[in-house]
Amino acid sequence: MYILQVIINGIMLGSVYALLGLGMSLILGIVKLTNLAHGELIILGAYCSVFLTSRLGINPFATLLITVPLMFIFGYLLQRLLINHAMKRGAEAALLVTFGVSVILKDGMLLLFTADARHISSELGSSSVNAAGMDISLLSIILSIISVGAIILLMVFLNRTYTGRAIRAAADDPRAAELSGINVAKTFSAAMGIAGAAAGIAGFCVSMKWTFYPDSGGHYLLIAFVVAVLGGLGDIRGTLAAGFIFGLIQVIGGANYGMLISYIFLIIMLVTNPKIAHAADDLSAR
Amino acid sequence: MSDVIFEIADLSVKYGEFIAVSDVSMSIPKGSIVSVLGTNGSGKTTLMNTAAGLCAPFLGEIRFMGEDITGISPDMIVERGISLVPQGGRCFNRMSVLDNLMAGSFVKRARGNAKRSLDRVFELFPVLYEKRHLPAGSLSGGQRQMAAIGRSLMSEPQLMLFDELSLGLAPVVIKDIYAAIKRISSEEGTTVILVEQDTARAMQMSDYTYIMLKGSVVLEGASSELSAEEVRKAYFGSR
Repeated sequence: MYILQVIINGIMLGSVYALLGLGMSLILGIVKLTNLAHGELIILGAYCSVFLTSRLGINPFATLLITVPLMFIFGYLLQRLLINHAMKRGAEAALLVTFGVSVILKDGMLLLFTADARHISSELGSSSVNAAGMDISLLSIILSIISVGAIILLMVFLNRTYTGRAIRAAADDPRAAELSGINVAKTFSAAMGIAGAAAGIAGFCVSMKWTFYPDSGGHYLLIAFVVAVLGGLGDIRGTLAAGFIFGLIQVIGGANYGMLISYIFLIIMLVTNPKIAHAADDLSAR
Repeated sequence: MSDVIFEIADLSVKYGEFIAVSDVSMSIPKGSIVSVLGTNGSGKTTLMNTAAGLCAPFLGEIRFMGEDITGISPDMIVERGISLVPQGGRCFNRMSVLDNLMAGSFVKRARGNAKRSLDRVFELFPVLYEKRHLPAGSLSGGQRQMAAIGRSLMSEPQLMLFDELSLGLAPVVIKDIYAAIKRISSEEGTTVILVEQDTARAMQMSDYTYIMLKGSVVLEGASSELSAEEVRKAYFGSR
């Protein structure tokens, strides 16, 4: 029974990790950009949810209806007004811009929301479901469903809609995409908008599950990066699988060894997996 | 052979200091097949890329259906009804054949007819239907070229530009693809510009021929009236 409990906890944690990495992976795979502000986008989403809940008294889950569109617009404009222009000057310029954005966001959130720890407490956190002799946190179950649901929704969107196909086409060959009538700059902006929206949902999960500060972004950026790389850069199904693996390692390794084992695992994957190594080459070549 | 659908007037294109296309003028009648021939570096690919909006001209004007389209972005040019099939096809290799084709009907004008256009593409190239769920990267060179032509057709173009479509393909495959283009031209009334190095085949199929050398048009005329000798001389630039 203990092993089953570990697996279930690992998968539930992993689904949130997958969501943390979703936007990062999308931008790495499509725009070929390491978005160093991804962690701050997650924290910004978390503050949105906290603000709407504590100041306006909105139900925490209902805050998603406001946070997700806002974060989409924020991501879209960020790419449209800033990163697209920087990308014309090369990948390094764009990388530096995302670093600048992360610093501005971090300091901005510190000014606006102070350095106090934040968390959305809900009665769900203390309730649990008892099944087959195991106690499973109800909150964790709901957050896993939201995470996996968001990932599946994105997969369907990318596969079934014109904009989704345009995003994949622009990732594959931007020039051929332009010749097919796709405006690549707008498409990249839409992709960043989606990454922002995904970060918004991830931020909501962070605010429900953990305590966060204005400078927590770095921690989540690291998790997102590991998940995106393990998942194969832009491969959404891979991102989900990578999240699960990462979550299981965390639960098995516990607070002391979880992170250490994860990073050792990441290095082994980088060295041994030809697909990831190739993708990393691709990225550095651009 | 009456109305002019596409017109290039005194066009020059520069890459830095290098003049790739110099003072080129062409006028393409609606529904015709026109070949643009020349060796490597004669400026024909640059000319096509400029027509598709990928390069900005230094001087001159491009008009399509009476409107000036010089300097318009590539996606808007597709929206207007011009589609370039680039050298080597450039399929989206990681996407399925079906998704490649559907990506071709991205422009709003073409979306409503996507289903019908898709049937048309599969009728022209039955092999694409058989392989519709496979990634385009797994196709042979000829099939990838067919997928690229299909993707271009999905945008319901009035004018199709083919850049060195026969490059690196087996003669039997080229024959099939040329037959399909002939059908597109005669059945849909689509205007076609064939950019080729292979003079004989392109001239046999086209109504009118331009021969380019070092960025300029050195010879033009009805394909049936140009003699093999003058074509050869213009092509290689020998006097």
